[in-house]
Amino acid sequence: MAKRPGRYALRLVVVGYLFLLVAWPVYLVGKNAFADGMENINGILEDPDIVHALVLTVQVAIIAVIINTVFGVGISMLLVRYQFPGKRLLSALLDMPLSVSPIVVGLALVLVYGGRTGWFGPALEGIGFQVIFSTPGIVMATVFVALPLVIREVVPVLEEIGDEQEQAARSLGANAVQTFRRITLPAIKWGVIYGVVLSLARSLGEFGAVKVVSGNVLGETRTATLVVEEKYLNFDKGGAYATAFLLALVAVAAIIIVSVIRPKEDR
Amino acid sequence: MSIEIANVTKRFGGFVALDDVSVSIPSGQLTALLGPSGGGKSTLLRIIAGLEQADSGRVTIEGLDATNLPPQKRNVGFVFQHYAAFKHLSVRRNVAFGLEIRKRPKDEVRARVDELLALVHLRQFADRLPSQLSGGQRQRMALARALAVEPTVLLLDEPFGALDAKVRKELRDWLRRLHDEVNVTTVFVTHDQEEALEVADEIVVINEGRVEQIGSPDELYDQPANDFVMRFLGPVTQLGQQLVRPHDLQIHTGTADPAAVTGRITRVTRIGFEIRVEVTTADQIVTVTLTRNEFLSLGVQTGDTVQVQVAEQVHIGAAYPQTLGAA
Repeated sequence: MAKRPGRYALRLVVVGYLFLLVAWPVYLVGKNAFADGMENINGILEDPDIVHALVLTVQVAIIAVIINTVFGVGISMLLVRYQFPGKRLLSALLDMPLSVSPIVVGLALVLVYGGRTGWFGPALEGIGFQVIFSTPGIVMATVFVALPLVIREVVPVLEEIGDEQEQAARSLGANAVQTFRRITLPAIKWGVIYGVVLSLARSLGEFGAVKVVSGNVLGETRTATLVVEEKYLNFDKGGAYATAFLLALVAVAAIIIVSVIRPKEDR
Repeated sequence: MSIEIANVTKRFGGFVALDDVSVSIPSGQLTALLGPSGGGKSTLLRIIAGLEQADSGRVTIEGLDATNLPPQKRNVGFVFQHYAAFKHLSVRRNVAFGLEIRKRPKDEVRARVDELLALVHLRQFADRLPSQLSGGQRQRMALARALAVEPTVLLLDEPFGALDAKVRKELRDWLRRLHDEVNVTTVFVTHDQEEALEVADEIVVINEGRVEQIGSPDELYDQPANDFVMRFLGPVTQLGQQLVRPHDLQIHTGTADPAAVTGRITRVTRIGFEIRVEVTTADQIVTVTLTRNEFLSLGVQTGDTVQVQVAEQVHIGAAYPQTLGAA
């Protein structure tokens, strides 16, 4: 009985903390977005430059998620199923995008791929492929910052299922591709889906790295997060909140949908 | 000979798992690879299956050199200790897996799977997921799955090791009967000598990466090649310089004679139908096991002086230098 009040107090603290830090501020963004009814939302949806920014953001996020999913599942298999020298170093390196500030990522990419002074950029530009201040640069920056998310979701699942099912499939005549498609992939399915959702949310919301590499050209390389900043700084708070609301809506919706459809027994 | 293993060596880092092992495993029989944990028996089984690569040596399966074949081309069935059930597939789909990979016609797959599920008594569970089965049922499913592809050899790695004692005994009997029905060359790994003696036609004793002895259960038990095999296959005790089985010793209360050793009964333990008598001689403690009737007809008790000797026509181990306690 003595435990009870303590437990309730703890719950109250956690709920209060999350409410003040996360729920209430996010709610206010939504509230402000709809302060004048649908006016703010309609306003940004009628502006072709902002629509372009939203479309660009979604395109970049989808490409980045596809790249990170394919690469992430591959790297996870490598990390869990194979022994090789330098494995711990690789694993530590994969966490770097989470620890380094995105703005540093942006600057680093400019140093390598910058069109005029970059280490690799002038050569690429010479064959007509512009990276920095263009969509490829935005995609690269986004891929970089969201890199570990799929891997960190998939690695624990791969470790937990072990490799006996895969060995059994091999002994029953399945080759590597068949084993992966029929056995490994279904087993890690929910880890991959979770990683994809987190990556998608992260990719939609990336700001710092994208700001550096995109050049922030209206109607060309300005993404949705950059629109939010621009509008906010220009005292168009309604437009800023409306755009922010759309960004948050997609990310939160994705996470909620996955938590709802994920089967309970898998957790 | 169905499986020929010639001069196989396997190291894991500095640890030698198999040291120049050569074994021939006969066709159509049930062979046990028996030995203590870490002795290399599972490694040998996995090399036969192609799940491990030998550092050197050759593996031939039914005349086909399999040394460099990947596991999926060896046509072996493999059963794992922890079942390795495909968790997202129903029992039926688990058993059908190998046939689906081989792109057999649907009707044929269905008929074959039904037949196998009947064989392993899992017909009514066909549409369940493995997580809804008991351990014993999962292992029978794994066995049906391995048999579905009509393997040249069936390999089982400690197949009953994860099950409780009662289920283990049931499955052991059932495996023996199944083997007599299906007749596929079967090799199973176990560290349980009772399991090996009871089920196998032939036993290969493996210890510290080497083959200690190959033979029928009777040969191994009655004519062990060395002390290790003798100790590993059953209880032993020492009488003078001889290593003997406790049930091969006799006690009598008569006068001292040159063939016997005099001692005093220091402990009597009853384990079911068996009586274990500890006799302390001048320099050692000898364990003798008797049936309850033998013990009662002797009419002895703790503290009595008795004569211990080896019953006639039994095998005794080579002279063994150090003194042993009760085995």
